[in-house]
Amino acid sequence: MTMTHPYPDSSAPGVVFERASWTPLLELSTREVFDIMLCTHLHTVEQQERLAEAQFTALVGLAGNICGVLSIRCSEEAARIMASKMLGMPPDEVDKDSLDALGEIANMIAGNFKGKLSGVGHHCMLSVPTIIVGSDYETRSLTGGNTIETTYDFERKPLWVTLELHD
Amino acid sequence: MSQIKAMIVDDSSVMRKIVERSLRQAGLDLSSPVLEAGNGAEALGLLDGNAVDLILSDINMPVMDGLEFVRQVQTVEKLRHIPVVMITTEGSESNVVQALSLGAKGYIRKPFTPDQVKEHVLPVLGL
Repeated sequence: MTMTHPYPDSSAPGVVFERASWTPLLELSTREVFDIMLCTHLHTVEQQERLAEAQFTALVGLAGNICGVLSIRCSEEAARIMASKMLGMPPDEVDKDSLDALGEIANMIAGNFKGKLSGVGHHCMLSVPTIIVGSDYETRSLTGGNTIETTYDFERKPLWVTLELHD
Repeated sequence: MSQIKAMIVDDSSVMRKIVERSLRQAGLDLSSPVLEAGNGAEALGLLDGNAVDLILSDINMPVMDGLEFVRQVQTVEKLRHIPVVMITTEGSESNVVQALSLGAKGYIRKPFTPDQVKEHVLPVLGL
């Protein structure tokens, strides 16, 4: 079967997955978004087992000369704190905005990351974010692929940012 | 300059609030309420009955994206004078060139600081 990329420029160069260099770029992209938009410095931590209370997931698709999904996953409380920091309001005043904020953070991390990949920029498009509420699910890539998972400490709560790329 | 009537177009309500706050932090005296739209088509509908001085628009939105929105604004005689500044994660060079060629007057990449909003918005208002 032939896969057709939605990006109209068929001359888009291929991109070779490089875990060693892409992992720090993903971490940098994530930290920059939190530094600038939430005034919060994130610390990377050892990978942790995903917890059941990590109820919120935001997904952003990438299509073009890199194809895949970037996801950010955290607890409801962590998402609420993120929204409160973005909006400058107390966490208990944040309502449905926590889902919206998480999606926008995923969108900015994905955009920031692809902007840091030399030669990718305009050959890769982002989808609008999708939000999943609940933790009882698993994702399966249909094409195999490469995964980078990074874990952070956000306000003493774990936060996972994962980039799953198709071959 | 008197109060500025601004419109913010973004499918994220959180981002619309952040952009409005950044505009006020930039020192702009915005008339309230600031007009908000979740996509380009909604924004065009609002512009049909409201005069605005400034539009800030995301690119990546459902229904009608920001590039098509800018293109359509330029086709309407009574709208094409309104400066449109893009605020988006789609910050590649080709996107910038395309947005500016369609009529956008400025381009801000997300994530952004209030200072960046000030730096890009005030000049298009002649401030």
